[in-house]
Amino acid sequence: MKGEIVVETRGLSMHFGGVVAVDQVDFTLREKELRCLIGPNGAGKSTFFKCLTGQLKPTFGDVVIRDLNVNHAHSHEIAGLGVGIKTQVPNVFEGLTVQENIWLAARRFHPAARARSLVEETLDRIRLTDIRREVVNEISHGQRQWVELGMVIAAEPWLVLLDEPAAGMTHEEVQLTAELIREINKTASLIVVEHDMQFIRMIADKVTVFHRGSILIEDTMDVVAADPMVREVYLGHRNK
Amino acid sequence: MNRTRENSWLILIAIVGVVFLIGAPQVLELFTIINLTTAIAMALLALSLGLIWGFGGILCFGQSTFFGIGAYAYVISAINFGGTSWAIVVAILVAAAFAAVLGYFMFYGRVSDVYLGVITLTVSLIFYNLMRRTSGPEYKIGDAQLGGFNGMNAPPLNVPGDASWILFPEDVFYVAMAALIIGYFLCVWLIRSHFGRVAVAIRENELRAELVGYDVRLHKLILFAIGGGLAGAAGVLFANGVGRITPDVFNLYNAALTIIWVIVGGRGTLIGPILGAFGLFYLIGSLGQQSSINNNLVLGVILVVFVLLGPKGIVPSIIDLWDRKRGRSGAFARQGRRRRNRSPRKVETHHEG
Repeated sequence: MKGEIVVETRGLSMHFGGVVAVDQVDFTLREKELRCLIGPNGAGKSTFFKCLTGQLKPTFGDVVIRDLNVNHAHSHEIAGLGVGIKTQVPNVFEGLTVQENIWLAARRFHPAARARSLVEETLDRIRLTDIRREVVNEISHGQRQWVELGMVIAAEPWLVLLDEPAAGMTHEEVQLTAELIREINKTASLIVVEHDMQFIRMIADKVTVFHRGSILIEDTMDVVAADPMVREVYLGHRNK
Repeated sequence: MNRTRENSWLILIAIVGVVFLIGAPQVLELFTIINLTTAIAMALLALSLGLIWGFGGILCFGQSTFFGIGAYAYVISAINFGGTSWAIVVAILVAAAFAAVLGYFMFYGRVSDVYLGVITLTVSLIFYNLMRRTSGPEYKIGDAQLGGFNGMNAPPLNVPGDASWILFPEDVFYVAMAALIIGYFLCVWLIRSHFGRVAVAIRENELRAELVGYDVRLHKLILFAIGGGLAGAAGVLFANGVGRITPDVFNLYNAALTIIWVIVGGRGTLIGPILGAFGLFYLIGSLGQQSSINNNLVLGVILVVFVLLGPKGIVPSIIDLWDRKRGRSGAFARQGRRRRNRSPRKVETHHEG
């Protein structure tokens, strides 16, 4: 087992009216771990993710980040613990420039001078130095995803939560994103929610499969991919 | 790149402002100067809405509430204190504090944008009806009789420390114009500060600002309170310009007018709302001297025209036009056209005055 536990959920459940989106999930993430959450549509990955990031308050159960119960914490308080969050739909500051976006993230936790050098560093890492003065709503979808990743990186988090970081990217962009994520993993623990199996193969260490609101299996990518139950869940019941 | 251009604009605005401050009383008649003081009060009110709406994304339909509260607080405390210097401080603080309390319930209650507009407008109308019913002798705060529908006389400003040394109307103009210039540059400083940039970020995307780690509600609350204080200061100037304060400051007309100034002048700039307020103030003033067209009709037409044809407002549209002309001139034509491009700028300079 790797280091200490950084994220833990105990009996985490999220109900919407009569619908049980997440059902009694016990989940642990240890330091420097890179965990992928996969599962078919409606499996509860994104709801689970929103509970972790304070966007939804769980109906039952607890979310614990580094010994701190964050059930009732607001998103900004969770971010304030040093947690970098990227949402499914790219959430960026549309009317601002690339560098202003990054600066806002860097400046939240660092004094002005350090924030400026972090902006340079981050722009370099996400390879957007050339278009730093472009307004974000005028650049490509993949680049916007990187801007959002850049905002996560610039805050120098120790825990990173990413919801579909490679969605809608070209093959080349996906590869660069995978590289970027592995690099983030050198200094931070990660949870990545993802659909794209190829992308998961590039980065995955350990994979958790969600199905109907609970965890189906938790193992390495090879074991998970070979599991007949997972195949069934993804491809549907085969008519015999 | 933009910063340098912006800075030269700011210098220009400062120069125009100071020239106007010193020059206007030398060339204009006293009547016009007194009128101008009121216009400046309106401009400061427009600036306060331009700040919170244009940069914080908070559409407050009742910005004139804080303006009226500031005016009333000034008059009531000036009468009770027997001097105006502390009354100004009280007026600004009361207006800011009221905005903070109202903002607390709205932002921490997660009231959506549309309802925020409705609530602020309603609060304004509540004050309107409340103050109209204070005509009896029992409605007094200290020595100040609230006066109901008729309102109260505003004690003119005095020199700080000497309540018997009352300022002349020209001097009040100097104070008002200086307050507008200072208020404008305080706002410029604010939106360039870390706080201001976060406010703009919140306007652009609340969720992202939250996920980056900023407390959205607190930032909005602080900005709203600052806007309230600024509107309160404008109320003080208004009470001085008109010499009277009545419940009419809280009415629907004033609430709507404030929004119109900002729409016409341009959101997302600070000079726009100021110019919008001055422009419309004078338009309404000159329309008031004739009786063939109804004022409100003209105002309505202006609003409709701007919302349909230039929703960004005057100043942002001019900036866009300027940028586009410049962009189109391209690398190959830059030399030849540079001289010609000067002309739109001259038009712009004219607007600043």
